[in-house]
Amino acid sequence: MTAENYSLRELMAVVAARQLQDGKSLAVGTGLPLVAAMFAQLTHAPNLVIFFEAGGIAPQLPTLPVSVGDSRTIHKALCTTTLIDIMDSMRRGFIDYAFLGGAQIDRYGNLNSTMIGDDYEKPKVRFPGSGGANDFGSLAWETLIIMDRHSPRRFIEKVDFITTPGFLYGPGAREEEGLSEDTGPSRVITDLCLMDFEPESKRMRLIATHPGITVDDVIKATGFELIIADDVKTTKPPTKEDLRLLHEVIDPNGFVFKK
Amino acid sequence: MKILKEGTGEIFCKNTPSEVRKWTRENKPRALIDKRMKIKDAVKKYVKDGDYLAIGGFGHIRIPMAIIYEIVRQRIKNLSVAGHTAVQDIDMLMAGGCVSAVDIAYVVGFELRGLSGVQRRLFESGQVKKTEYTNGAMSYRIRAGAQGVPFIPVKVMLGTDTMMHSPGKVVKCPFTGEKVLLLPSLNPDVCIIHAHRADMYGNVQIDGHIVKDDLQARASKRVIVMCEELISDDVIRQDPGKTVIPFYMVDAVVEQPWGSHPGNMPYKYYFDHKFTEDYLTVGRNKDPKVLEKWLEDWVYSLDSFDDYLVKLGPRRLYNLRDAEFLRKPVGEIKK
Repeated sequence: MTAENYSLRELMAVVAARQLQDGKSLAVGTGLPLVAAMFAQLTHAPNLVIFFEAGGIAPQLPTLPVSVGDSRTIHKALCTTTLIDIMDSMRRGFIDYAFLGGAQIDRYGNLNSTMIGDDYEKPKVRFPGSGGANDFGSLAWETLIIMDRHSPRRFIEKVDFITTPGFLYGPGAREEEGLSEDTGPSRVITDLCLMDFEPESKRMRLIATHPGITVDDVIKATGFELIIADDVKTTKPPTKEDLRLLHEVIDPNGFVFKK
Repeated sequence: MKILKEGTGEIFCKNTPSEVRKWTRENKPRALIDKRMKIKDAVKKYVKDGDYLAIGGFGHIRIPMAIIYEIVRQRIKNLSVAGHTAVQDIDMLMAGGCVSAVDIAYVVGFELRGLSGVQRRLFESGQVKKTEYTNGAMSYRIRAGAQGVPFIPVKVMLGTDTMMHSPGKVVKCPFTGEKVLLLPSLNPDVCIIHAHRADMYGNVQIDGHIVKDDLQARASKRVIVMCEELISDDVIRQDPGKTVIPFYMVDAVVEQPWGSHPGNMPYKYYFDHKFTEDYLTVGRNKDPKVLEKWLEDWVYSLDSFDDYLVKLGPRRLYNLRDAEFLRKPVGEIKK
């Protein structure tokens, strides 16, 4: 049943989707994370509730939106509200997962989506900044992170700017700084592998590699010391039907999966 | 109260809630008066050099573009802007040289369309000043401004560089002892909003998500409302629960169909992808003359937004309506 030809982005989408349980709630941006959420809804998690920060709650998404506020994010929604109402619901504990990405990440899952360089006033590259990312990473119960192009420049010892908190500087750090208890990143999905965070140290840990990728490949592509689980598994590739859903139902315009 | 940690970010909006309250007593009419005016006059009257500006909608959704183009056309300078997911709206203001400082939650990006050349140049060179926040934080600040209190405790930004580049201060809650971040409230000088409908007094209806427009109208000193359709107050009175912004907050009402173009107006028209892609390509060009020519063609040489609509042509606009209602494909996004 497994498709013979699939791209790494397609694989990442289905691996990310499998991390989401049915009946839970999710705050999500657009792009690959939303593809994963829509895919989960169409397969094992039909009762996954999607929240968009611009104010759309539980829409029936026709196709992939361009923006987290565009008309598609409120298509046949159950509620349209305000940004602050979404953040309030998250702090009140109603939102299980948030999906994030970034330009850089460190071993504790701290994310940089603000800038590259060492001078804040004159950065080499200015990125958008937090948007809702810091809110999501501070307030949701679990943060799932998707990063493509797994490389030592992106998986880095020290990020140039901590935009969004992971486990900051180790166990207890989030609570020490005043962030909500029992929150933080839980999964990192890349084009090479699937990782979680070791409970004792809060450090990133390799738990599965994608087909054809070795543990060594992942170690070489990571700029910090990665914990390796005792039993590293191999992720399951998408089926032909999975690919049909991704291309024909979710992203017919080719926004994420270029035609 | 002991400050445990604090950021170094500059506060760009100097209005305090107590001053704004006093100002309101003298300057905001409570009676029902006809507030209809032309965009040109509303901008001339209510948007001044050096103002702190709040923009409705969500960066490229339900944004008041016709007002934005007019601000650029009138060459208003040194605006500070609330960068609460700021996309096409702030990009046009920055391209026009209108902006000197931004409270950043989300800038530079066009979501799936990639980064803006205009904003990268201005932020990376340090020409435009900046302070970091989050989308939630900007909404919390505006909620405090609307409430009339000078600061608000929040549970975001803690422990991060985002906080260190904000003016936030970490303290312990005097009741529970837990750590919270205090952020200054925000009362913008002027707020511009695009809505589906309004009456001539400024009672406003918005279909779909409200994003932060309700709070911004409540927090800001001056409010300009543009609408797709001007309606009678009889219609407003049939369903008053639908009034997200009541008349007494509003200073000017402008009717402008297609006023959000090239943005997406939910239930009306979808993004004009091609327009935005072409604009982004222009902005990424290293030669500043290319952008100058674009501004000349689409802003300075036109007298009004109606002329801009004529230049776009009806076929193009009707296609956006078809795309909104999923009757036509929305077009490719190139990167």
